[in-house]
Amino acid sequence: MDIFLQQLINGLVLGSIYALVALGYTMVYGILELINFAHGEITMIGAMVSLAVINLLIGSTLDLPGVMIVFMGVLTAIPACMALGFVIERVAYRPLRHAPRLAPLITAIGVSIVLQNAAMLIWGRQYISFPPIIPIQRYEVLGATISNLQIFIFIFSALLMAGLIMLVHKTRLGRAMRATAQSPQAASLMGVNVNNIIAITFILGSALAAIAGVMVGAYYGLAHYYMGFLLGLKAFCAAVLGGIGNIAGAMLGGLLLGVIESLGAGYIGDLTGGFLGSHYQDVFAFLVLILVLVFRPSGLLGERVVERA
Amino acid sequence: MGAGSAGTAAIHGGRRLLLEVKNLAVAYGGVQAVKGIDFCITRGELVCLIGANGAGKTTTLKALCGLVPTAHGSVHYQQHSITNHPTHEIVRRGMVLVPEGRGIFSRLSVAENLAMGAYTRNDHAAIKSETDYIHSLFPRLYERRHQKAGTLSGGEQQMLALGRAILAKPQLLLLDEPSMGLAPLMVSKIFETIRHIAGQGMTILLVEQNAKLALEISHRGYVMESGLITLHDTASNLSTNPRVRHAYLGE
Repeated sequence: MDIFLQQLINGLVLGSIYALVALGYTMVYGILELINFAHGEITMIGAMVSLAVINLLIGSTLDLPGVMIVFMGVLTAIPACMALGFVIERVAYRPLRHAPRLAPLITAIGVSIVLQNAAMLIWGRQYISFPPIIPIQRYEVLGATISNLQIFIFIFSALLMAGLIMLVHKTRLGRAMRATAQSPQAASLMGVNVNNIIAITFILGSALAAIAGVMVGAYYGLAHYYMGFLLGLKAFCAAVLGGIGNIAGAMLGGLLLGVIESLGAGYIGDLTGGFLGSHYQDVFAFLVLILVLVFRPSGLLGERVVERA
Repeated sequence: MGAGSAGTAAIHGGRRLLLEVKNLAVAYGGVQAVKGIDFCITRGELVCLIGANGAGKTTTLKALCGLVPTAHGSVHYQQHSITNHPTHEIVRRGMVLVPEGRGIFSRLSVAENLAMGAYTRNDHAAIKSETDYIHSLFPRLYERRHQKAGTLSGGEQQMLALGRAILAKPQLLLLDEPSMGLAPLMVSKIFETIRHIAGQGMTILLVEQNAKLALEISHRGYVMESGLITLHDTASNLSTNPRVRHAYLGE
């Protein structure tokens, strides 16, 4: 029982990070029907930028408290990633807006490779460790342990997602985003500047990715120029699981995928008599992707889109 | 321009001219859908553009709104060129199109669709009272305000599209085939509403295949054939014109 609870907690924490990244995929897909494969790399850039700022502040003579230093790191990573998301859309995707759908998809993969290599040139090939400047405390809950960092990640992600739902469903901007997602042409006939809405979508997704990147770096204590690749693919699986294009679906898919992965990693050793170990945890995301694509391609919350006859 | 330019000299002279289209041409790929047309609309007029399927009527409206690029020619609106301007800027200047197929946001609620109509405005009190006015014109929209717009019938969707366009406070309202696919009872309800808002001073360009209905409520009409305007006259003259009667009124 305690291993189940432990893996459930770990899964929900990991899943809330997946959900934040998955939102970026799903929001862009919802409006452009483009899978922005460079999104994982934006997460990586978020982790790297925050880490650079954190190390700079630790090395400085300012002697700031640990929480303050991490906060400054996040506060730098967010605008950096927002700017990056904006530039990527403007330079790489907008010129291809009316091109066949394969062209922007391949461009996205190209952007992803460019960002990986740029990060490698700037920060090197080695793993960079996140300095443990905030003391980790662990609490016992029903035989499982949970850390202050885990609690923070889960609650902060939940707040961000609640905020996003409010934005999308309760504001004029959110209404324009949903209208644009349904029909850019009809939205433009309402006076909506569709290019601005698309730019805002990229900027919002990138801000969430930046935060997720810092969370991943802090959670595993490591950052690496290649870290965005697998994280991005898993978040993409989460978005497809929830129903790509559906915001609530991305949240649900992220949490579910995190839990499936954690429980899978926790039990795979016992189930296979020790033949496969917990390092096979990455298999589960792609297993889920295959199962979803075979049995429910529209995802859990995705609508089988039937527009007027 | 064809025969019978009755009264146009006076119209062109005044500063009541709202829209002036000169030598407008639109091409898709190599195909010329609109081959150089001229027309104009003055404030307060209800003008119809009639013609058979594929004559270029819808393409003309799309070109006015910047939804398709023009090949050559010019569009002047309120004495300014808006040729090839972005659609959202044209809408913000008060030229509003209800497109063919209505352009309803089917996954947004009826109320949210109406709110999208007022997207460019922030005079909240006026929007509220005009939304009430739309509800009084179409009580069905009020009854179904929380429903997804995709669940409405075709006629209700057309009411929603019309109401939404009125909420944008247009100076010039462009209607593309408002009768398309609707039951006869609903068609007469929609046309009654068009006549009503025109009577309150709204300037309207109505594109219709149903020439009989369109000519009944319009002041003037243009007839379009294969990308060209072949006739232009007052609506009453057009409805007695033998060519129009033969080709479009089924006599």
